[in-house]
Amino acid sequence: MAKTTIIPIGPYHPLQEEPEFFRLHVEGEKVVGLDIEIGYNHRGIEKLSESKTYEQTVFLVERICGICSTSHPLACVQAVEDAGEVKVPERALYIRSVIGELERLHSHLLWLGLAGHFLGFNTVWMWAWRYRETVLELFELITGNRNHYGMMKPGGVRRDIRTEDLPAIKKMVANLKGPLCLFRDAVTDDPLIHARLQGVGTLTKQQAIDYCALGPTARASGVARDVRKDHPHLAYGRVDWNIITAKNGDVFDKAMVRILEMLESVKIIEQCLEALKTVSGPIDANPKSIKPGEGIGTYEAPRGEVIHYILSDGGNRPARHKIRAPSFMNVATNQTTVIGHSVADATIILAAVDPCYCCTERMAAVDAGSGRRICSSGELIRLSQEKTARLKKELGLEGPRLAIKA
Amino acid sequence: MKREEIISLIREKLEGKIINWTEKSPRRIYVEARPEDIPEISRCLFRDLEARFSIATGTDTPSAMEVLYHWAFDQCGMFFSVRTKLNREKPEIESITAICRGAEWIEREMWELLGITFHNHPDMRHLLLSDDWPAGKYPLRRDYVR
Repeated sequence: MAKTTIIPIGPYHPLQEEPEFFRLHVEGEKVVGLDIEIGYNHRGIEKLSESKTYEQTVFLVERICGICSTSHPLACVQAVEDAGEVKVPERALYIRSVIGELERLHSHLLWLGLAGHFLGFNTVWMWAWRYRETVLELFELITGNRNHYGMMKPGGVRRDIRTEDLPAIKKMVANLKGPLCLFRDAVTDDPLIHARLQGVGTLTKQQAIDYCALGPTARASGVARDVRKDHPHLAYGRVDWNIITAKNGDVFDKAMVRILEMLESVKIIEQCLEALKTVSGPIDANPKSIKPGEGIGTYEAPRGEVIHYILSDGGNRPARHKIRAPSFMNVATNQTTVIGHSVADATIILAAVDPCYCCTERMAAVDAGSGRRICSSGELIRLSQEKTARLKKELGLEGPRLAIKA
Repeated sequence: MKREEIISLIREKLEGKIINWTEKSPRRIYVEARPEDIPEISRCLFRDLEARFSIATGTDTPSAMEVLYHWAFDQCGMFFSVRTKLNREKPEIESITAICRGAEWIEREMWELLGITFHNHPDMRHLLLSDDWPAGKYPLRRDYVR
């Protein structure tokens, strides 16, 4: 019988959000098993939330994740509104959708850049993050913050989008389309990316259903699941857009779904901005109290459905607040997708569900017996990049061409 | 499937197993069931009616330890939440992980944070708390003191 080596991935680092720990069981170069441990930085937010007023709770959940920093508040305020039967003004719904879609853009671009880096395409990394910068500038223009936007509140939003800002915002959003199409074409047509990502880390449709996978992880496997469409809320029922799905469920499809989704996000934002020209009125219903009852709020975060459950006893703070982020369901799918692949592919497979931070940056392989570090994060990324370089040579290919016009 | 179709199928297949039926709104239904009926209800919702297991909420209430299973019917944008009340002194229930793989982690979480025993869970160990967390201390219980 072949000797099984254990490669622990993800040493805990207190400065990072949401550390995770993967223990890869490896025979030679092949991954034969995976253990996942989470909870290294359990912050007790559900418990903490019970000591906050509803308004404060929104700021608390905004800090669950720096990347999805509006998805949690969106699900949270909708849960409070569901419990208290609060009707949100129409203008606020459009503004909420704009913020939510901008977040999807910045998050997917961030992922795309990191994926490029892991594969050894550092040009993709630099360009993706360059265009992410435009999205962060848009956030600053609309909300005053590049991150942690502080826009959501039970009953509406905290800031309006000013009519005089609309032309500038529209122009910046429109300018994103060119680069996004370029990324789409670069990935779709490039034989080296095909060789590297197709058939790697496949999650079948049935597995996606069994694991209750969410977001692009599920959609890449052919499960057309998106709470923006399925559970209509905010302005998503009032604008024209499509759910993006693929059928193979491999890393290539997960990347394609995210890239195509960004184009849909731009479509949604443009329609919402157009609507904001005519839809006037208040941006906040200003609920004074939340009556006793329970409520569920969901939002399609960049990684999939976020769900918040609020139990109100009629006081000014939640009696129980349950939060479930999409990675809680998606990360478990790694238990099946990584099996049978080489260590060089493990990096991109584990990153393909887009766990809420870049797990790979904290990767290190440690000799289980002596505790000695044998393979650092840099080395694991190097293994992955070397595989690309090897394929490049074998197939005589160049890699994606990014002829970006200034 | 339309909402009405799903509701009539649930009523038909789970007759006698649902004690209390509350429609908070057309898209939010809360029902109650006995703990022993939860595996059968879960099997029916997940396998037969193709609901998605979204998450479960465990709550320590003065009278009981409650578990609320949130099932999503994405075809019609409806959440169907099944509540069950367990004995506060000795909360225990059958695991539904064998029926729905997606429930594996949340059952581990409810076990360690609320002290609910899930019988026949395939891999019951700490999820969020450290492995040396003192036995019998459950941080989400009302009477928990640090």
